[in-house]
Amino acid sequence: MTDVLSITENILDIAVLVCFAGIAISLLLLLYQVIVGPTQPDRAVALDAIGINIMAMAGLMAVYLVTSRLNDVVLLVGILAFLGTLSIAKYLEKGVIIDRDMD
Amino acid sequence: MYKTNDLILRTTTSLIAFILLGFAVYLLLAGHNSPGGGFVGGLMTSAAILLMYIAYGVEAVKKVLPVNFMMLIPIGLAIALGTGIGSFIFGVPFLSQTFDYYTFPLFGKIELATAMLFDLGVYFTVIGVMMTIILTIAKDQ
Repeated sequence: MTDVLSITENILDIAVLVCFAGIAISLLLLLYQVIVGPTQPDRAVALDAIGINIMAMAGLMAVYLVTSRLNDVVLLVGILAFLGTLSIAKYLEKGVIIDRDMD
Repeated sequence: MYKTNDLILRTTTSLIAFILLGFAVYLLLAGHNSPGGGFVGGLMTSAAILLMYIAYGVEAVKKVLPVNFMMLIPIGLAIALGTGIGSFIFGVPFLSQTFDYYTFPLFGKIELATAMLFDLGVYFTVIGVMMTIILTIAKDQ
C-alpha cells in the first residue's frame, strides 16, 4: 500500500514539474506576443492569457507546496486580470475608460 | 464614432461588485494570520468601486456613493494611529498588540486581535489613496 502511495506521489511531483515548465514556456511566448503583437487587441488578449497563466502558476504552486493558503491568491489574480482586461477593452473600444457623463 | 453597447458589462457589474465587496471583507477579516489584510482588502474594495465607475460613469456613481474619498485618508491614518496610542492606556510600548478568544452565541469561539483594528485603518487609507489617484487621472481633461 505504501508503495502505491509513494509511486503516486512521485507521479504527482513529476506532473507538477512538467506543468510548471509548460506554463513557463507559455508565459514566454505570450510575453513575445505582448511586445511584438501587430495590433493592440492582440496585446490585450495576450495580457489576459498571461493573467490566466499566472492563476495556473499559483494553483500549481499550491499543489506543489501542499497548502491551501494560495487559493485566495488565485481569486485575487483572477479579479485583477479581469479588471485589467476590461479596462484595456473599453479603452480600445471607446477611447475613454471612466466617462464623465453617459450619452 | 458609433454608440457603444455595454449591456453585458452593466448587468454583470451589478452582480460582480457585490462579490468583490464580500471578498474584500473576507480578506480584511482573515488578514492577521493568513494571506490578506488591510492593504489587499482595500485594494479589492477600490477594485469594486472602480468597476462601478467603468460601467456606469462618474455622475451615476457619485449619486449612488456620495463619499469624498480624499477624506478617507486622514480617517484611516487616525484609526491606525489611535490603535498605536491606545496601547499607552494599558502601560505597554507603542503599537503593542494582543489577542484573545471569545465565545459568541451564533459563531462559537473566535479569535479577536487588536491587529484587526490597525488593519481597518490601513483599509480606509488604501481605499482613499487608490480612489483619489484613479479619479484624479480620470478627470484629466
